[in-house]
Amino acid sequence: MNVFDIIGPIMIGPSSSHTAGAVRLGRVANKVMDGKKPAKLEIILSGSFARTYRGHGTDRALLAGVMGYHSYSEEIRDALEIAKNQGIDYKFIEQDIPGAHPNTARICFTLDDGTEGTVEGASIGGGNIRVDLVNGMRVDFTGENNTILVLHWDKPGVIADVTALMRLKYSHVNISNFHLSRKERGGEALMTIEIDGQPEPGMTEDIRGLMNVINALLIRAI
Amino acid sequence: MLQYDSIDEIVRASGENKISEIILADQAKAMDVPAEEIFARMENSFDVMCEAVKSGQDENIRSMSGLTGGEGFKMKNYSETGGISGKFMTKAMSMALAVAGYNASMGKIVATPTAGSCGIMPGCLVSLYDEGRATKKDIVMSMFTSGAFGIVIAKNASIAGAQGGCQAECGSASGMAAAALVELMGGTPQQCADACAIAIANQLGLVCDPVAGLVEIPCIKRNVSGVMIAFSAADMALAGIEAYIPVDECISAMRNVGDALIPALKETALGGLAQTPTGKLLREKVFGKEKE
Repeated sequence: MNVFDIIGPIMIGPSSSHTAGAVRLGRVANKVMDGKKPAKLEIILSGSFARTYRGHGTDRALLAGVMGYHSYSEEIRDALEIAKNQGIDYKFIEQDIPGAHPNTARICFTLDDGTEGTVEGASIGGGNIRVDLVNGMRVDFTGENNTILVLHWDKPGVIADVTALMRLKYSHVNISNFHLSRKERGGEALMTIEIDGQPEPGMTEDIRGLMNVINALLIRAI
Repeated sequence: MLQYDSIDEIVRASGENKISEIILADQAKAMDVPAEEIFARMENSFDVMCEAVKSGQDENIRSMSGLTGGEGFKMKNYSETGGISGKFMTKAMSMALAVAGYNASMGKIVATPTAGSCGIMPGCLVSLYDEGRATKKDIVMSMFTSGAFGIVIAKNASIAGAQGGCQAECGSASGMAAAALVELMGGTPQQCADACAIAIANQLGLVCDPVAGLVEIPCIKRNVSGVMIAFSAADMALAGIEAYIPVDECISAMRNVGDALIPALKETALGGLAQTPTGKLLREKVFGKEKE
């Protein structure tokens, strides 16, 4: 956390947790979709999000984020119409997610090619967020740092391959946080790698090319 | 590097310096960005505050729901008369109303620390700037002191109404602003801490009970009381009045009180003013009859 998390963000009102934080959660989904436009969206709103989303424009904010807008973008106000005009079939569902933070949203998307995915996270105050789930796998990052998500097969040596690549080719990149999650032994697994400073161009693509890596996504600090 | 685990740590680290000076240096180091760049970023935040004051004092500002609007304009006109508490104070009030009202109209603001409390820092700082009582450079610097105190509050208590009630939003903003005011008026780091303690102590237990769940009623006017509490806390500290309960203990108390508050009083609009007959009526006006 730094001073600009407290004196900031600069944002469109009315609520840092219900508007700005919601845009940022949406933006994580936008990055997980690799910036593509979803064909279909189902957004589950839990807790306080479910009760008060209309008044805070949480629905507009989440949609704006999914479409790649920022928490300071004037377009947030018109996000519902913009999404409609882009042909995005969206739906908001009020449903409590057990054990979730009071301001939690689960964004389920389907792309034009049929690819499905989910991002679940909470708006934890002051516009700050915590991402809890990506494509059904536990993660734990804030979007504050540049974060690389590496989807891979749960095979021996994959983590070593990724970190060795970073060590050898991008030696000044420092990992500030690392988290691993998997659905089942030998199945799909997800590395969450947060780094200090800026990622080097080409690093994500290089990781993507490693054996047993299914995909790698760079989620730039949001 | 500073840990921001307590305000006491920050006060001790400051020694003879202003708090803002050591925070700017520490943040530059922590973020690995030149100090000038970080200062410029903070200056930009202050500029957004000034613009929000101006835009929010427009006569035609209305919230998205239509429940509120025009408060900043009315108060600005009234402040010309001096009112009861004088031109300076009433002007500061009008600025807080303007920014909080602009926020409700989906205008661009700086969340300090949240959008619900975004009028308090501008009410305190833009008013001083407007009157020529502090330079822009000193004001921008003092925002680092506010920011540092806010980090400690966020770490040890909360800055979210949904977790801690309004004390966590307007209470925190008021404490942060009080610290900035003391620094701007030449107070010591310990006096900054004391002013923050007094401001937080005076809003302990304040519930978050927004009518219709919107950041409007009573939020917009609570920004004004936040400004008044910040000014009075800063004046007390500058007068040499100490906080008898140290600021870090006030912050712990705020956390405990926040934990003890029932969910109905934490932003869910299920208690307090939101559930008064008029509060419910206003909700119906915006969203129609409740289905339950």
